[in-house]
Amino acid sequence: MTAIKHHISEPLLMAYAAGSLEHHYALVVAAHVSMCDECRAQLAVYESVGGAVMDGTNVAPISVDLKDSVFARLEAPQVEKKRQRGFGVFPAPVMEALKGKPPRWKSLGFGVRQSILSDTKEGSVRLLYIPGGQEVPDHSHEGIELTLVLQGAFRDETGRFGVGDLEIADDDLEHAPIAEEGAACICLAATGAPLRFKSWMPRLFQPIFRI
Amino acid sequence: MLNVETQIEIMERPVPPVVRRRVPKRDVKTIDAQQGYSDQTVWMLAVKAQQDRAAFGCLFDFYAPRLKGFVMRTGMSEAQAEEVVQEVMITVWHKAKLFDPHRAQVSSWIYQIARNRQIDVQRKEGRPLPEELMHDVETEHDASQIMAMEQETETLKSALAKLKPGQREMVEKAYLGELSHSEIQAETGLPLGTIKSRIRLGLEKLRHELKELRQP
Ligand SMILES: [Zn+2]
Repeated sequence: MTAIKHHISEPLLMAYAAGSLEHHYALVVAAHVSMCDECRAQLAVYESVGGAVMDGTNVAPISVDLKDSVFARLEAPQVEKKRQRGFGVFPAPVMEALKGKPPRWKSLGFGVRQSILSDTKEGSVRLLYIPGGQEVPDHSHEGIELTLVLQGAFRDETGRFGVGDLEIADDDLEHAPIAEEGAACICLAATGAPLRFKSWMPRLFQPIFRI
Repeated sequence: MLNVETQIEIMERPVPPVVRRRVPKRDVKTIDAQQGYSDQTVWMLAVKAQQDRAAFGCLFDFYAPRLKGFVMRTGMSEAQAEEVVQEVMITVWHKAKLFDPHRAQVSSWIYQIARNRQIDVQRKEGRPLPEELMHDVETEHDASQIMAMEQETETLKSALAKLKPGQREMVEKAYLGELSHSEIQAETGLPLGTIKSRIRLGLEKLRHELKELRQP
């Protein structure tokens, strides 16, 4: 595997460590960290800061019986929630979002497919499948857009993104990524609002396809 | 053998906060008790190695009031906060096997469990988590790495205490969930480079061991 060149920004990692990052972005961060030891270490740094903040907080006295009730529960059988492992090109947190099942791809035309993992009014996160050589429609977005490459590669105005690379696009970036020739490019993409495509598909259809 | 630098680090390491202890440290039986680790690490390793209840009691006495204080600052009621404390401490007991002192100090590990728990309580989807690096096999402890990890955390704590009020407030607000990612400034004013190199070493040690496991 080629080395990862594009990493998570520090504010995003810190927000993730602090637990304040919205779910759709947090999924992309967790997926990248699963693939990148550089960011795994940096995340641990921000967790250490969290530990230091917690240690420096004023203590709050604990109810007298809380300790006993914790001890009483230590022997109770633990219903360990089964965590998904990574599978194929999908890292563990993506498999978790897929509930261990293969993605349910929906065609967007021109061979492009998507599988929506989560879609709320806060934002959405989905898997995108773009055939080699295919252009992803020119679009702008609200809030930042995070795109993590899981397979293949794409290029746009800002550079080349291979497996493990994360593109962080601000709302003012209007970019037209193109999948590299060869294997299809599979990405995990999160955005703060529904994508608005400028061309390629009439706006009218957007509610149907939820893009 | 400890090298000279490590010995100096031990001598200079700030004295851990005074804690109410039920059991004297020497009674917590662990191979690491004599190494000069902080109390918290000794307790945590005893829970990890032999499910030591006395050591777990010490961890509870130290962390439960801090956890509760921290969680309440994020706006949870006292009752909710105690519920979180309870769940976090039980998770600490059951997940002790996954604690890796070469990559994290106890406070940072427990902080992270608390954050996961809090988000699970607040959101139905739960928190997306990075793939856990499997760490079921007991690996050899590298005492100098563990103590260096602790040293870095102590340095971080005192640096946090010495920050200018505005900067410190920014860090605290971020960790209390009051800032969005676009409001967070990565420039914290904290010296984070050295702790990162330490964690990186711990991670490389684990990667190396995992590789050896796969190809015996
Ligand atoms: Zn990275």
